[in-house]
Amino acid sequence: MAHRVEVGLKPHLAKARGEKIKNQINRVLSAGREIKAIICLDIYNIDAEDIDDLWLREAFCDPVIQDIAIDRPLSKDFHWYIEIGYKPGVTDNIGHSATTALKLISGHTIDVYSAKAYLIKGTLNRYMAERIAYGFLGNTLIQSFRIFHPKEISGGITPYIPKVEYLSAQGGPTVEEISLEISDKELMELSKNRVLALNLEEMMAIQRYLRDPQVLDVRKQYSLGPKITDVEIEALAQTWSEHCKHKIFNAHITYEESGKKEEIVSLFKTYIQGSTNKIRKRKKRQDICVSVFTDNAGVIRFNKDYNLVFKVETHNSPSALDPYGGALTGIVGVNRDPFGTGLGAKLIFNTNVFCFASPFYNKRLPKRILHPRRIFEGVREGVEHGGNKSGIPTINGSIVFDEQYLGKPLVYCGTGGLMPATITGKASHTKEVKPGDLIVMSGGRIGKDGIHGATFSSEELHEESPTSAVQIGDPITQKRLTDFLLKARDLGLYRAITDNGAGGLSSSVGEMALLSNGCRIELDRPPLKYQGLSPWEILLSEAQERMTLAVPKGKIDRFLSLSCQMGVESTVIGAFSDTGFFHCTYKGKTVAYLSMNFLHEGLPRLKLRAKWEEKEIEDVTTPEPEDHNERLLEMLSRLNICSKEYVIRQYDHEVQGGSVIKPLVGKDRDGPSDAAIVRPILESMEGVVVSNGIVPRYSAIDTYHMTACALDEALRNYICVGGDPNHWACLDNFCWCDPIESEKTPDGPFKLAQLVRANKALSDYTTAFGCPCISGKDSMKNDYIIGETKISIPPTILFSVIGKIQDAKKAITMDIKHPGDMIYILGITKRELGGSEYLASHGMVGKTIPKVVAASAYKRYKLIYKAIQRGLIASAHDISDGGMVVSAAEMAFAGGFGLRIDLSLIPAEKGMNDTEILYSETPSRILISVEPKNKDRIEKIFGGDASCIGRSTKDKRFKVKGLGQKTLIDVDISILKKAWKSTLGF
Amino acid sequence: MEVKALVISGNGTNCEMETAYACRYAGASTDIIHLSNILNGNSRISNYHFLNLAGGFLDGDDLGSAQVESIRLKYARIKGEGPTLLEEIINFINNGGLILGVCNGFQTLVKAGLLPGNPIGKRRVSITFNDSARFEDRWVRLAINRKSPCVFTKGLDQIELPVRHGEGKFVTDTQHTLKEILEGNLATAFYSDKEGSPTMAYPDNPNGSVGAIAGVCDVTGRIFGLMPHPEAYTHATNHPLWTRLSLPERGQGLAIFDNAVKFLKGIR
Repeated sequence: MAHRVEVGLKPHLAKARGEKIKNQINRVLSAGREIKAIICLDIYNIDAEDIDDLWLREAFCDPVIQDIAIDRPLSKDFHWYIEIGYKPGVTDNIGHSATTALKLISGHTIDVYSAKAYLIKGTLNRYMAERIAYGFLGNTLIQSFRIFHPKEISGGITPYIPKVEYLSAQGGPTVEEISLEISDKELMELSKNRVLALNLEEMMAIQRYLRDPQVLDVRKQYSLGPKITDVEIEALAQTWSEHCKHKIFNAHITYEESGKKEEIVSLFKTYIQGSTNKIRKRKKRQDICVSVFTDNAGVIRFNKDYNLVFKVETHNSPSALDPYGGALTGIVGVNRDPFGTGLGAKLIFNTNVFCFASPFYNKRLPKRILHPRRIFEGVREGVEHGGNKSGIPTINGSIVFDEQYLGKPLVYCGTGGLMPATITGKASHTKEVKPGDLIVMSGGRIGKDGIHGATFSSEELHEESPTSAVQIGDPITQKRLTDFLLKARDLGLYRAITDNGAGGLSSSVGEMALLSNGCRIELDRPPLKYQGLSPWEILLSEAQERMTLAVPKGKIDRFLSLSCQMGVESTVIGAFSDTGFFHCTYKGKTVAYLSMNFLHEGLPRLKLRAKWEEKEIEDVTTPEPEDHNERLLEMLSRLNICSKEYVIRQYDHEVQGGSVIKPLVGKDRDGPSDAAIVRPILESMEGVVVSNGIVPRYSAIDTYHMTACALDEALRNYICVGGDPNHWACLDNFCWCDPIESEKTPDGPFKLAQLVRANKALSDYTTAFGCPCISGKDSMKNDYIIGETKISIPPTILFSVIGKIQDAKKAITMDIKHPGDMIYILGITKRELGGSEYLASHGMVGKTIPKVVAASAYKRYKLIYKAIQRGLIASAHDISDGGMVVSAAEMAFAGGFGLRIDLSLIPAEKGMNDTEILYSETPSRILISVEPKNKDRIEKIFGGDASCIGRSTKDKRFKVKGLGQKTLIDVDISILKKAWKSTLGF
Repeated sequence: MEVKALVISGNGTNCEMETAYACRYAGASTDIIHLSNILNGNSRISNYHFLNLAGGFLDGDDLGSAQVESIRLKYARIKGEGPTLLEEIINFINNGGLILGVCNGFQTLVKAGLLPGNPIGKRRVSITFNDSARFEDRWVRLAINRKSPCVFTKGLDQIELPVRHGEGKFVTDTQHTLKEILEGNLATAFYSDKEGSPTMAYPDNPNGSVGAIAGVCDVTGRIFGLMPHPEAYTHATNHPLWTRLSLPERGQGLAIFDNAVKFLKGIR
């Protein structure tokens, strides 16, 4: 008989945990039906017969704070009992730790399955109890639920043992052979049914490959016929997925704009790689790029001994289905990118940007969509656990809210690393694999988790989206893995490393094998979480926390013994070769034999059509507020402007000890920082500067200027803390709605034109600012289509900037430092309210989109850097969402001082009125505060570009005088701050 | 004489690098050793004078913070059949060694019964979920108990440090234990308000610790556990207000490590 253990905090300590959940639920329950109390219990289901109660008490109960009950209930005082465990095969981190604890105590390996129980008090019917269980407490995709009325469990609760049963047919897993000599229609059905996400032309390319007599001859030698094996077609589908091969970015596009046609062969090569090449050539010896676009992450120089490694990924589709697991695997997944770059980097920071629909959304939810509030909270928690537990500080981030993210949220997770420039005498940023090197898989085991993640994310979210693509990460297994591999790296025990992400071994080995030109994987060798996986599933599984390495034969014994000592499982699963073939065997029999060239180069190039038509957008008159005070308070409380402290505080932003500029700054440590700085080498004052820019609202007008503004926002944030504009680089991260013309997407040519225009802007502006893209990512199918409902995200691009400040002591923050300081605005204010937060607050878009003038902006940024280096600027804050007045208010309340601002002193385009000057979002503008003693030096540096528009004051009033010299705004800064903080003050 | 410090890593410890940096800055020659190297007998705790249990998420906090680690200390034997880790540590204490446990390290010390350590090995206090029921990163003001025998806080009155935890609420098994800790001046550091008085008010007291207790030592003052992170304040630029104040370049957190090294130099 299995056993069941209930553990709960002692009654006088139990309140906090239950109270938090209770309040979250009661907020949405109608009055009078509230829950009275919730008690949370930890449940351990023990899959063993003979077990000593003492072991269980020792392992699971802290007698100072907890009570324990074995095979009996801890409490009978409740109206509903809800228990939530994991479905079979889902990663159960608590269960694993419980097994570890019992093994230490007893010496026996005992399987434990964890669950959480919620004892609910309150007069609810079963329907309500179920709604609470499924709607708040758990996720039916990955968890299993048991909901009981006390009467139903008077005889006790049976243990829940979600063991994966060995389901495979007699004789063990088999390999299916599939004939491709079928009609076009059948080819497409095959693609759809197997979630291959391949189009007809791609299916036909595979069909042609298998008709080639030479190919057939080679296959015969390995007892393979003209049919393709499931292992082969799945490997091809992963390798050729949009996710892995970026088909749209490499497509041949015929682009039409105002009657002119242009042929673009690969947006990526033309614009992204093209601009980076141009910048590098121009910068000559000042070029900081070390490795761009070739590895899992981009690499730039930090100083002569160290390089920086940076990557940002998205994990949108999994986060839509299971926000917690999706975001957790998002962050621990992107950790493995810098970690799998070159010889591997030590991870030094995380940065996250999320795009959600409003958490206060109160309309009917389309099918399969979780409430945005749940997505918000799940993603927040997933990133909290992934980042905090891994010991990587989350130093910077942002959240964008827009109803168009209801169908798919965007979850951008980024990680930076630091790598010695050379390791055991070799350049650390390059990879080498020699024929004969062993293929080693280190870290977690393989299960059915995450199968088809790469192809699943290459489709829109639809009714049959596979739930197997959802999984839960295990940061501690990954931490053990990174501890071990950094040591192995420094001892020179491997030659190359890469991560297992999308596509699993199929991608990781397939890509590394390009370096030796071939490989042979023995699919029966990787350790499995449970039996019954088919060979193709082993090859494709995206089970987390695994790295693939090339280990020279002579070093394998040392490698494996260090691995074992440090508690990490490593297994030799084959060898790299120079045969030119991707070869897989299972129990000695060949199950895949594909030419490397076909696997990687056989994908036909997409041919697409793009047509830009300037939308007929009506310009609007800027609405006049009745009361400017009230208007400002409303603007400060808007989701896209308000404080995100609730999220930020729950992320560890200073582990590793090098925090310099934190995400929250100012007198009361709650002002919004522009960018982050950390010192990765504690002995040195050199700082890494990280910022981001994202403005999807502008896409409604023109993605060209949207892209320019996003880059500019990232750069001006970077500049505001003192980053060096001669030492910066960026990552581009595109999230688009499907731009391929089809029945589902009749407006494909327009969406693709939006993408082309974004790329043109990327090229124009990164070149103008001398800020090269070093790596990037695209996620092109961010649509939701179920039934008649289609929800597409607005075209969104995130720029993440990384760079340097030579002496971190010179960094500055955005809060006003003293009373009597002079406030300057840098740059001219134009009537650019199109897509602004102000018009959005009136449900309007407008036409006058903000446009970046790169030449003057770049000059300004370099001068700001110079002035900060000389210590002349007390604070600097960029002007973005909500315009000048929002930035000024933030500077005032973060510093704890009042401000006086006179709008007539702001250099503005002719004809602008007070409201427009206050709320225009003209880019590249920055507010600075300067001590009066530095006035002359500042004015000399900036000349006419800096205009003094007011002063800070000892009193706490925020006052703005209008053009007509009438006081428009007069509010206490504490009231401003309260409005700014209360929206998300959960 | 040379003071040798040891920082143990592995299984989810995260703050080993900055802790080692602080030890070195204070003048100790310092090694970061993975726990597996102690368990296999290649490295010995007894070769050191100053043992650091640094912050992190040992075993993911999965059964409660440091719960699995306390079991590991009690049951895992060196080289499989030698003494347990706990026996090795008790030996180290009896030979005059110093132990600093920060955050997850403090949780380890109380769950292994090394703090308050009377009798040694018995768990009488614990650290549990914050009253806010959430993880928080924020700086706190600590008032130091000048009457405490703690060697790490000698000469300190007040210190500002960050807390970064979800389970930081200090509790005792009985009122009697609390009284014993307070009256014996084993409560070394208190969460305090702007005036420097211990407080139960959130967020100055970020977790609801009873008696506003943020740090505890044993009767010898040589074993010290602290929830906030001294190794996170080694340079002025770590302080959240450094761009507003003129602070000494040497971070206040280093004082804790300085005291440890001074003490060890003094008695040998």
